This record gives sequence, structure tokens and C-alpha cells, in this order.
Amino acid sequence: MQIIHTDLLTIGAGLAGERCAIEVAGAGFSVVCLSLVPARRSHSVAAQGGMQAALGNAIMGDGDSPDVHFLDTVKGSDWGADQEVARMFVEAAPIEMRRLAHWGVPWNRVVAGTHTYWKGGKPFDATEKAENHGLIHSRAFGGTAKWRTCYASDGAGHAVLYTMDNRAAQLGVTVHDRSEAVSLIHDGETCHGAIVRCLRTGELRAYLARATLVASGGYGRIYRASTNAIICEGTGLSLALDTGVAKLGNMEAVQFHPTGTVPTDILVTEGCRGDGGTLLDRDEYRFMPDYEPDKAELASRDVVSRRMIEHMRTGKGVQSPYGEHLWLDIRHLGEHHIRTKLREVDEICQNFLGIDPLHQLIPVRPTQHYSMGGVRTDKTGAAYGLKGLFSAGESACWDLHGFNRLGGNSLAETVVAGGIVGRNIAEFLQGYDTAFSTAHVREAAARDEARIRRIVSGADGKESVYAVREAMYDILERAAYVFRNGKDLTWGVQALQEVHERAQHIGLASDGVGANAELALAIRMPGMVRLALCVCHGALMRTESRGSHTREDYPERNDRDWLNRTLASWRPGADLPHLEYEPATSYVELPPGDRGYGGGKIIPAAS
Amino acid sequence: MQRSLTFNIFRHNPQDPASVPHMDTYRLDETDSMTLFIALHRLREEQDPSLKFDFCCRAGVCGSCAMVINGRPGLACHTKTRDLPDTITLLPLPVFKLVGDLAVDTGTWFRAMYQRTESWIHTRAEFDPAAQEARMENEVANAIYELDRCIECGCCVAACGTANLRPDFLAPAGFIRVARFAADPRDERTDADFYEIIGSDEGIFGCMGLLACEDVCPKHLPLQNQLGYLRRKMGLTVLKKLLPFGG
Ligand SMILES: Cc1cc2nc3c(=O)[nH]c(=O)nc-3n(C[C@H](O)[C@H](O)[C@H](O)COP(=O)(O)OP(=O)(O)OC[C@H]3O[C@@H](n4cnc5c(N)ncnc54)[C@H](O)[C@@H]3O)c2cc1C
Ligand code: SF4
Ligand code: SF4
Ligand code: FES
Repeated sequence: MQIIHTDLLTIGAGLAGERCAIEVAGAGFSVVCLSLVPARRSHSVAAQGGMQAALGNAIMGDGDSPDVHFLDTVKGSDWGADQEVARMFVEAAPIEMRRLAHWGVPWNRVVAGTHTYWKGGKPFDATEKAENHGLIHSRAFGGTAKWRTCYASDGAGHAVLYTMDNRAAQLGVTVHDRSEAVSLIHDGETCHGAIVRCLRTGELRAYLARATLVASGGYGRIYRASTNAIICEGTGLSLALDTGVAKLGNMEAVQFHPTGTVPTDILVTEGCRGDGGTLLDRDEYRFMPDYEPDKAELASRDVVSRRMIEHMRTGKGVQSPYGEHLWLDIRHLGEHHIRTKLREVDEICQNFLGIDPLHQLIPVRPTQHYSMGGVRTDKTGAAYGLKGLFSAGESACWDLHGFNRLGGNSLAETVVAGGIVGRNIAEFLQGYDTAFSTAHVREAAARDEARIRRIVSGADGKESVYAVREAMYDILERAAYVFRNGKDLTWGVQALQEVHERAQHIGLASDGVGANAELALAIRMPGMVRLALCVCHGALMRTESRGSHTREDYPERNDRDWLNRTLASWRPGADLPHLEYEPATSYVELPPGDRGYGGGKIIPAAS
Repeated sequence: MQRSLTFNIFRHNPQDPASVPHMDTYRLDETDSMTLFIALHRLREEQDPSLKFDFCCRAGVCGSCAMVINGRPGLACHTKTRDLPDTITLLPLPVFKLVGDLAVDTGTWFRAMYQRTESWIHTRAEFDPAAQEARMENEVANAIYELDRCIECGCCVAACGTANLRPDFLAPAGFIRVARFAADPRDERTDADFYEIIGSDEGIFGCMGLLACEDVCPKHLPLQNQLGYLRRKMGLTVLKKLLPFGG
């Protein structure tokens, strides 16, 4: 087996992984980044909206400051965020945007003079200041008091990831793509790197590293319908969970978007509804006004998603070969509006669904969108439980987002956290020495090798990996989706435990040789079911509604009992995660209060 | 009426010594809004789990899924079966190393391209965290973005006659990368510097100008325009080098 030595190993070469790698390489250390796909195909590339930073150059961002950004972020999190982290983040974000400009990101810039902008579907005029001409511009995003989102045309994620990977190439950061970490090498106290499987050949390699970073992105793809890239299966999180000592934070906090397309789950923007699009059921009846007489389709994301599910439960969903859905109707907005203002939506419909939204209805359903939960770290990015293990980006629970992340904050988090955690890792590496025990490496590799051999030969059974995955999808869709309740969650936990048992008996139908996708999924599958159990069990125990976690049977946000963070760990041989709790934040700048949107009652903290 | 589709798919597993390149045939009933992303996953999950192909974003933005579809390089996730005849023939992209069946190693090819073109901003300016950002005209930012939109799918490389003949050809994706940095005022490289990269037969002078590349680019990058521009610019640079009094 090939053994590769490096100072830092990053599991993930998306924005968070590469930003961290650049910082550590810049400090003179060796870095290897792993990725399932070429670095630039990482999911970060798909973000179109942009990154939040309080630069305040645009006229609609006038008067913005890190303080205002802080308020938006903590409110958005429904007070689940660590406020010290949120403070660090909002202060550093403007500097990171400028640094990205220096490295080559073509941010859109302020053009002095009067322009027509859009808000809530209506045009209005605003005049950009002459003294800000040529500085970084910003646009609107949901849940923010100011227009604060830096953007590069319709492809912020693309522009930033390409610039980041250029910078990494310049510094000689090595990226090993088509390489999947399958387990962490550790002795229960210190992490020493990872066992990695080559997705070209199937061979195992050992990477021995003084520091290891999990930057593997979200776990959206444990759900059937997700806007995430199909590689966002959360494997980085399950490797950490499988150590038995690292902890995952707030796994039950999962964000959904009301309008993902069916099939293929591509996001269509909120703008459709903002501009007057309506939601129809199987009878082409507009149902939202029945549930929300005032706001109808314009109610908040969570509310619209919830009502859509509620309506489908009454049997009014449209049946399709790809499952049940509803319709989004924008036909009445007219050709000019659809082909210009809603061009992106028009293109998604034409290119991926083969429908013309001017004449046809768009099939949509609430779809998983963002994973707030992740590897729990302290504010420096160091993982709980294992020395030498760090995490950043969507895979981490640092915890900037609490129970609901704001649009534009996650992409910004990847670069801000990447920078901060990278500097901390460089400091950690300075003068840190560790002895690698070859026994642990051999042991870890032998365990993985044996497991893979048994899957290929069918020694443990002949369960189909695809059938196991379908079963997991079905359960999460019923028990841990937009709406949750004690009865379904209790059932869900038990049903997932059965699926977890089945996942131990997966055997291949193909030969498993080379770049075999069936085997790669079979290796991941038990870990994915464990993540699903963390989501479901955490959601069952959390008897309140906070941010995106909505309990029908506990509709209040309960600051008296639940102003805290769930920590899940997996003890060897267990069939359920072990849950414990810690206060949401020890540093309080903004005491819990009303978010000012989303409604809902609050049970105040006892004082 | 629902169609029954026939897929002829190239098969070869370079990791299996017994594998020989051949075509396999599969049948699948078409469903509404079916794309090659949906069809290939159904084939893998329902009929042949050993099928190898690449998808990632499945939304036309990451560049993972390029293959030759009925003779033409394109993004599979972006291709609806409705737009294709009943019989669909799928081959891996040429030029790139085969990973298996329809999957090819674009990552290694493109990384070599970054090193060759030094695909990053060359500047002596240091970043100052305390300073305001350097100003830029929005039009310039948009112009850079237009050239930065390449998703490294490899379609243009696969369609390019020269790239198919000479493995060291920088190819259209490399040229567009050079054009992106040449258009960026933050990059201090001069025409002479760029000439070092592309002023040869492996570079812009190897291009036959037939523009198969522009036809297949799923992002409609202005390849024709930029190749012409680079050729003229590099031609001028040669002149300047030859004539002692030039420039
Ligand atoms: C459609 C869509 C649009 C979005 N738009 C916005 C937006 O406008 N603004 C915003 O702020 N946020 C947005 N987001 C969220 C944002 O894009 C992500 O949160 C962010 O890009 C995550 O970056 P990352 O670096 O943490 O992970 P990723 O970019 O997902 O990278 C993960 C990396 O880990 C690798 N990896 C994973 N597992 C392994 C393993 N086991 N071994 C080795 N490598 C592994 C992958 O190959 C990849 O390189 C959007 C999300 C979606 C789904
Ligand atoms: S125009 Fe040039 S780069 Fe494009 S396909 Fe032809 S030879 Fe290749
Ligand atoms: S130039 Fe176009 S075809 Fe070529 S790699 Fe880039 S996106 Fe693909
Ligand atoms: S899967 Fe990303 S472009 Fe097709």
C-alpha cells in the first residue's frame, strides 16, 4: 500500500478545503487536498447567488456594517448560532471579499448613477454614489436588512472556486482528485490522517498527516430530493462519526427550499413567486390562499414548504414517474417577463425539463437545500474529541448558522472560516510533532480492506445497495422532512435502525472492479444511514420548533429548555447515536428575541 | 406515445485485464422530461450496476458529464432524450484518458493546462487587508467573467481536430484561459509573456481555424472571436520580435 506523508490533509477541495489549504501552504507547510471529483467540480461551483459581506458600497447597502450583518445572522439562526463565531465571521467577511478580488474574482462593481432595481417583483430607481464607483457591488438576498451579497454575474460560486483553485495551483497545493477518504486513522486521542480509496483503480492508500481537515461539504444527498450535487453524501461527516469520539452538531437542522424541480431537483428561484407566480395542485387549483389568506405564495420559505406538504397529504399532489409534486404557474407573467427577468428559470425549464414555462406548468416540490449540522468544532476549527482533526465549510458545525442559515452566508463562511481555520492550523503545526504508529495505519487499512472484500464477495449478504438507499429515502421523506412530529419520528428512528442493519449486509451485483460506482456507494451506505439516524433521533428528542426544525406537536421555540446545540456521537457497536447538549453560545451579544418574521410563539428562557 | 429507447454504450474497464472495448445495448422506456442523467442512472440501478459514467451537479454547471452523444460532444445532464432519435449511441470523449466506459480523466488534463498557461493572476502587488479594494470598471469585470465561464467540460478539446492529432496541443480550452488573463488588468503579463505560452505550433499556430470547438461549447464561449484575436495578437508579437524597430 502506498503511504503519502503531508503536514495537512484536507478531505475536500471545495471552497472551504482549498481556502484552508492556501493559508497553510502559504505558511510553508505541505498540503494535499482530496476530492471525489476534480477540485473545480466541487459543489461550491453551483452557487449562483453570492456571498454576504458588509462592504456597504452599493446604495441599497448604504449604512451597512458588520453589526447589522451580525444581527441578521443571529436572528436568521433563530439564536442557535455561536455568537462569538458570528462576530468573527462578520468582521472578517469584507476583508475576505477584497482578498478574493486581489486574487482575481471578477466581482460586479458599482456603477455611479441612477439604475432600475427590483424588489418584491416591482421595479424602482436608486442612485449609486459617485465616490463608490468601481468598488464591489452587492445585491439582495432573503432575510437581510441591507443588500449585502457580493456577486459575479450569475456565477459567484464558479468565479470564486476557479480563482481559489488557480491560487492553489500557483502555490503548488497538490490535489488528488477521484480520491475518497474512507476512514480516519486515529488512536482515540489523535488523528493521524486517513485511509483513502482511489476512485480510478479501487486501490487503498494511506495518507499520514499531522493535521487533517474535514471540508467535505453537506449531507443533502441522504435525502432523495436535494438541490445539492449528487456527491454531497456527507461521507466526511460519517468518517468523523465513526471514530466514536468526534461529535456532530445539530444534525437535525436541515434547510428545505419550496421549489425544486421534478425531476432532477434543480432550484428555481424565489423570484418566481415574488413576481406573481402561483402554486397549483392536481386539479390546477390555487391552494395557497386557503391556507395563508394574507400572504399566499409570498409567505416565508418554511411556511410555503409546509403548506405544500400539507396539501399533498390531502391527496391533491400530482402523480408522476418521479414521485408526487405540485405545479408552479408563471404563464400569466407573459413572454417578456419570463424571457428576461426570469431567464434563469426559463433556461432550467427548457434545458432540463423540456417544458416552456410560457405555456406549461412547472413541476415542483419542497427539496432539501442546506445542511446546518456538521462536525462540531470550537471557534478555531478544531474538532471536539480528536487532536489534529479540524473542520470547515458546510461539513462543519462551527456554528455560524444555528438552526437556519441565511442565503449568501454559507458561501461566505467557506472562505472566511477557511482563512481563519487555516491560520489556526498553521499555528498548530508550528512545533507540533506526533509519532505515527504504523500499527494503527495497518490496522485501519486492514479493516477497510476486509470490509470492501466482504461487500464485493457478498460474504455478509446480497442486499442491494440501491434498495437500501431507497428505504432510507422513504423514511426520511416521511419522518424528518419539512414537518416533523413525535409519532413519525419515533417510527422513523426504528425503521432506520432496521435499514442500518440491512446496510451491514450489502453485496454487489457487479464485479466491483476499477471505477465502480456500485461499490463506492456500498462503502458509503452504512455511514449515510448513521447520519440519517443522527438527523431523525436528534429531531425526535428536540421537542420544540426552531429555525428550519419544525415540530407540529411542539410549535413553540422553547428557549427555556432548548437554547442549546445537539451533539451526536456514535459509540462502537451502538445502534443509535449518543446525544448530549451544550449551550448554543457562551458569549451573548444579542439576547434571544423575536426574529420579526416566520411567526411562532416563544417560550422565554427562565431568568 | 411513450417510446422505447435503445442505448448503444461504449464499454471498457482499463482496470480489468480481461476487458476488451466493445458496445453494449440496453433498452429503456422513455418518461417525461427524461435527460441522459436520468436514463443512465436508471440503467445503472435497474439493469447494469457496472456501468461507469460521471455526473456531479446534474445542472449543467460543473462540467463532469461530457460524452459523445450520437456523434457530438455534449453535456449528458443537459441533453433531453426527447431531442434524440430512438437509438442513442454514447461514447467517451476522445483525447482524455479513459477511466471506464463513458468516464474520462479530464482532471489531469486540465491541471496540466493550468501549469502550462500559469492560470493565475501575475502581479507584484501585495494584498493589504486594511486597504479598500482596487477599483475596476463593471464592464471590465463583466468582460472577464464572460471569458471565465468555461466549465472545463472538455467538449471543445474532444471536437478539435488538432487536439486529436497532437496530445501536446494547448487546445481551445487552454486558449480561452489565456484570453481570460490577457483581458484582466490585474494580470501584469505582457503580450511577449503570453507569446511564450501560445506562440508555437502546440499553441495558437497549430489551430486550423475550422471552429468545431465553438459549435460544441455548452457555455457558448466566444471561441471563434477569441482564437482570431489571439492569432492576430501573436502574429503582431512575432513581427515585433523580428523587426528591431517594431514596438
Ligand atoms: C443550488 C445551490 C445554490 C447555492 N447558492 C448559494 C449562494 O448563492 N450563496 C451561498 O452563500 N450559498 C449557496 N449555497 C450553499 C453553498 O454553495 C455551499 O454551502 C458551499 O459551497 C459548500 O462549500 P464547501 O467547500 O464546504 O463544500 P463543497 O464545495 O461541497 O466541497 C466538498 C468537497 O469535499 C469533497 N469530498 C466529499 N467527501 C469526500 C471524501 N469522503 N473524500 C474526499 N473528498 C471528499 C468533494 O469532492 C468536494 O471537493 C448553494 C447551495 C446549492 C445547493
Ligand atoms: S478552431 Fe482551432 S482550436 Fe477550434 S477546433 Fe479548430 S483547430 Fe481546434
Ligand atoms: S471552452 Fe466550452 S467546451 Fe471548452 S471546456 Fe470550456 S466550457 Fe467546455
Ligand atoms: S453533471 Fe455537472 S455539468 Fe453535467
